[in-house]
Amino acid sequence: MATRARADTGSAVKATPAGVAPPAAVAEAGGPAEVGTTAGPAAIEVSHLSKTFGDRMAVDDVSFSVARGEVFGFLGPNGAGKTTTVRILGTLISATAGSATVAGIAVGPAGAARIRQRISVMPESPGLYLRLTVTENLEYFARLYGLPGRAARIREALAAVGLSDRAHVLAGGLSKGLRQRVALARTLLNDPAVMFLDEPTSGLDPVAAHEVHDLITTLRDRGVTIFLTTHRLEEAERLCDRVAIMNTSLRTIGRPAELRQRLFARSLDVTTAAPMAEPDRVFGGLPGVRGWQPGGPADGGRAGYALSVSSVAQAAPAVTRALVAAGADVLSIAESRHTLEDVYLKLVGEHGERSR
Amino acid sequence: MSASGSRVVAVMGKELAEFRRNRLIVASTAFLPVMFLASPTVSILLIKASAPSTVLDQRVEASLFIPLLIPVLVPALLSAYSVVGEREQGTLEPVLTTPVSRAELLLGKAAAIFLPAVAIAYLMFGVFVAITQVAARPAVARAVWHAPQLPAALVFIPLLAAWAIWVGLAISARVSDTRVAQQLSVLGSLPPIALTALVSFHLISPTFGLAAALAGALLAVDGIACLAVARLFDRERLVIGRSH
Repeated sequence: MATRARADTGSAVKATPAGVAPPAAVAEAGGPAEVGTTAGPAAIEVSHLSKTFGDRMAVDDVSFSVARGEVFGFLGPNGAGKTTTVRILGTLISATAGSATVAGIAVGPAGAARIRQRISVMPESPGLYLRLTVTENLEYFARLYGLPGRAARIREALAAVGLSDRAHVLAGGLSKGLRQRVALARTLLNDPAVMFLDEPTSGLDPVAAHEVHDLITTLRDRGVTIFLTTHRLEEAERLCDRVAIMNTSLRTIGRPAELRQRLFARSLDVTTAAPMAEPDRVFGGLPGVRGWQPGGPADGGRAGYALSVSSVAQAAPAVTRALVAAGADVLSIAESRHTLEDVYLKLVGEHGERSR
Repeated sequence: MSASGSRVVAVMGKELAEFRRNRLIVASTAFLPVMFLASPTVSILLIKASAPSTVLDQRVEASLFIPLLIPVLVPALLSAYSVVGEREQGTLEPVLTTPVSRAELLLGKAAAIFLPAVAIAYLMFGVFVAITQVAARPAVARAVWHAPQLPAALVFIPLLAAWAIWVGLAISARVSDTRVAQQLSVLGSLPPIALTALVSFHLISPTFGLAAALAGALLAVDGIACLAVARLFDRERLVIGRSH
């Protein structure tokens, strides 16, 4: 529950920079993914997990771990095995090979009931009983969890998602976005140690999505581990301590900033009002500059240059002075910013190219 | 199968609340019993005073058999929808991620169908008997009151309902289409009613011993069916539509 301290003090580890996972090894695109390492006790440990449906390999030898209190993004194209992985960890389906623990409990028939007591899962579809009111939906799940103080928990869960005023409305009368919020409230009821959220902001307007982001941040601050499956890369970049990119096998895992650094060389984007006569002479030999190539906007007579640099702090002043000395009309000098989307497209796109 | 009573009650309460608010279910659940009450009631009331005793006996037997379809057909239709319907709505997966066990889920669903179905069947029988005692000719009323099928119905109504429910739940847990589930469920619930018909119409000689044996057999089958359905209720199959 967002506004309640969890009774299980063993898992109530507040997320701090030190408590969140350290940088994880980033697998080269196409190479074997290494296990994401975490500091302290792991909320989720996955080791060589595989799942086949008939002849089709849905999840192939996936290994990673998620620290307690971490927001872990799980990204990948449709059919990449994300939902299958979540279902295995949520004890809904069994793995073909490999092992996993969730909240310190081994995933398998023996521990399934205990795991279910300590996790909550929000599937992509809200899965509400449309003929029941919002409160009746939550009351039902609170009773399935065997929770005491159900009325208070329901009030708090609804308040956390901003739906207190809809408590007695039929779920069938809510918009898709509001249903999504009710489903999110449902996942808060049992004070889970680990939450699996599948596209939690799907169908939400920007304001509601922002509120969900704030809620996730609050939950993380309270030590809840959040396993976030999303297609919204900007959402993952904003919320997640680490992300894994999956496409049947694990393509990479790490902090978003690390992934960008690993996959993309640091560069400066220079734009001038007109092409320079001798860019080699201008950029050659400058401290911190490794090389250059045409790039960036070249419309309206402007010219762009992408400079590969070893250090932005060292290269940028030198480049600026060189451009001024050469008499170039400089429009902009900026560090090239690669997004998580660039990382995703590079990894998933390359994999797709090889698959064809 | 271990089960927590509070979770069973929770599932039952949710199911009943959904039934109450689904007008189609309420209407169809009400229509069948009314039809199965009206037909034998009219048949009994139209018996003439001069009717020979064989005709009287046949009419009474038929009239007391027809309401036995209530505890078979109503639960068959409801239970067939119970699991596959939730899967189609997308409500099953969130439920399966909670600590509720398959026994609790199944018992709750079964109880939510069993209790109203049996109550309605008893009510229809009561109404039928009351009408005949008030409005039928005295000889007909006496024949109904003393018919051995009457106490037998009290025993067989819950047993037949339980059979229909377990068959319906088993089918509902294994198929992926509600219409197919309902058709198969109605077919699957017919064997015991066919046997009951053979006894009711004296094609198998009705004796107390036979009735007791049939009731005992049906009780045993219901118990076995309950366990079998629990085994069929595989989370993976329910979530992805096939087993691993």
